[in-house]
Amino acid sequence: MQQLLTTTLTGLVLGAVYAAFALALVMIWRSTRVVNFAQAPMAMLTTYIALVIIEAGHSFWLGFVAALLAGLVLGAVVERVLVRPVEGKGDLNAVILTLGLFIVLHSVAALVFGSRYRSFPAPFGVRGIEVGGTTVALTGFGIFTILAVVVVMGLLVLLFRFTDVGLRMRASAHSPEVARLLGVRVGRMLTLGWALAAVVGSLAGLLIAGGGLVHPGYMDAVVVYGFVAAVLGGLDSPGGAVAGGVLLGLCLSFVSGYLGSELVAMAALLILVAVLLVKPSGLFATTAHRRV
Amino acid sequence: MTTPSPLPSAAPAARGGPAAGAPAGGAAGTAELFALRDVTVTFGGLTALDGVGLSVAPGQVLGVIGPNGAGKTTLFNVACGLVRPDGGALAWQGREVRRLRPHDLAGMGIGRTLQGLGLFDRMTVLDNVVVGADRHARAGFLSGLLALPRSSREERALRERAMAVLDELGVAAHAHRYPPSLPYAVRKQVALARALVAEPELLLLDEPASGLSDEEMAALGDRIRALSDRMAVMLVEHHMDLVMSVCDQVVVLDFGRVIARGTPAEVRDEPAVLAAYLGAED
Repeated sequence: MQQLLTTTLTGLVLGAVYAAFALALVMIWRSTRVVNFAQAPMAMLTTYIALVIIEAGHSFWLGFVAALLAGLVLGAVVERVLVRPVEGKGDLNAVILTLGLFIVLHSVAALVFGSRYRSFPAPFGVRGIEVGGTTVALTGFGIFTILAVVVVMGLLVLLFRFTDVGLRMRASAHSPEVARLLGVRVGRMLTLGWALAAVVGSLAGLLIAGGGLVHPGYMDAVVVYGFVAAVLGGLDSPGGAVAGGVLLGLCLSFVSGYLGSELVAMAALLILVAVLLVKPSGLFATTAHRRV
Repeated sequence: MTTPSPLPSAAPAARGGPAAGAPAGGAAGTAELFALRDVTVTFGGLTALDGVGLSVAPGQVLGVIGPNGAGKTTLFNVACGLVRPDGGALAWQGREVRRLRPHDLAGMGIGRTLQGLGLFDRMTVLDNVVVGADRHARAGFLSGLLALPRSSREERALRERAMAVLDELGVAAHAHRYPPSLPYAVRKQVALARALVAEPELLLLDEPASGLSDEEMAALGDRIRALSDRMAVMLVEHHMDLVMSVCDQVVVLDFGRVIARGTPAEVRDEPAVLAAYLGAED
């Protein structure tokens, strides 16, 4: 019973992070049809920025906010400077580009910050909370993780559903040509989409890092899990990405808790293959008619 | 051929004026709103438009007709900036606009409906129309993102304006539905509303009558005449009855060239037009 609870709670916290990361991938996929593999090292880089600020003696929160802002800028720059020139030049070009960026950012981080493991602080306790005498596997930072992801998702829903900018972003993602004819500056919307996605990705990076260790490759596994979560949700659906993230977090936590932590990566890939074989449009696809 | 509805005083030069439908050569066309001069478009080895010139005056309804493949849609794509011509000039109120992009032209007041409607399927009818009002969104990008009061006020105003246009076109009841769930005729009205909410000065209608019943087509004719009080209209259409009854001027394209131009009555009797349509007219 105790282990079941522990595994479930751990899974939920992990799932929240995967959900955020999957959401970042889906946001970019919907608007530009690119799977942004560089999302992981981008988040790693911004987490290092937070670490530098915190280690310089500033508060955790200053570092936290600076990392999110750095993500915003980094996402916009990557879209505007790197992705825009290869836009419409074949789907594969942009994907290869993000893979290249993946390697470049890794090297840059290793050069600038060193490739050794460094510990990243957490603003809340990383010990389990005590409930009625027994310690539950839910830490203060775990609660913060779930809350932060929920808040960010809520803000994104508000943005996309209820603001004019959000409508224009959705219109641009749905059919850029029609949006242009209506006067929407589609290029700007794409830049903004990448920027916001990078913020969400950076948040995931910070949440993974909190109370743990960072090194230039610490997010690499997360991009795989995030991608699996996004595919679970149908790659095209933000809601699906979130559900997929939570589901994957739970699955992997159970694999880790009951079968062995060394099987986690393999389990994720098995889930990916199974979904692609059985239900390629995602578990939560509501519309069967996707683009062919 | 007499046209029944009176034109507003703002556009006296529109009907049969010297600039109308003619390849305006100089500054004589004071009432000229939009003009194409000697426009040529080639796709690979295919010449889609070959030295096409035409002009539209404020309040004028200009029909563009011709057999399939004559270049009508390419002409519209040039007019709204989707296709940049290989040669020739585009003038908007006397200003050269050939190098401008679609969103610039939309911002200046060129609106367009599409043959395929191009509605955003996953957005409500109302949201579709709100996006169309983009050119009137004044609040900046950041204040929109942060939902500052100024932009919330503006968003409410845009929404009200969008509702008013949907109401005017008789489809306000469907405002919160999604386009795929609506009948074709309703979706067509929504697409028109999305173009109208921007209050364009020139409206490009691409086959607005396709798929409509006779009754709906008659109503469409009345609507286009009414719109010409507020804006110029360019109309690509296969239904000759509609073209003949609503247009002030007609340009006939064949193989990318203008083969005839004039009032509907003049064009109808033109031998070149009869030849081009022989066998092509249904």
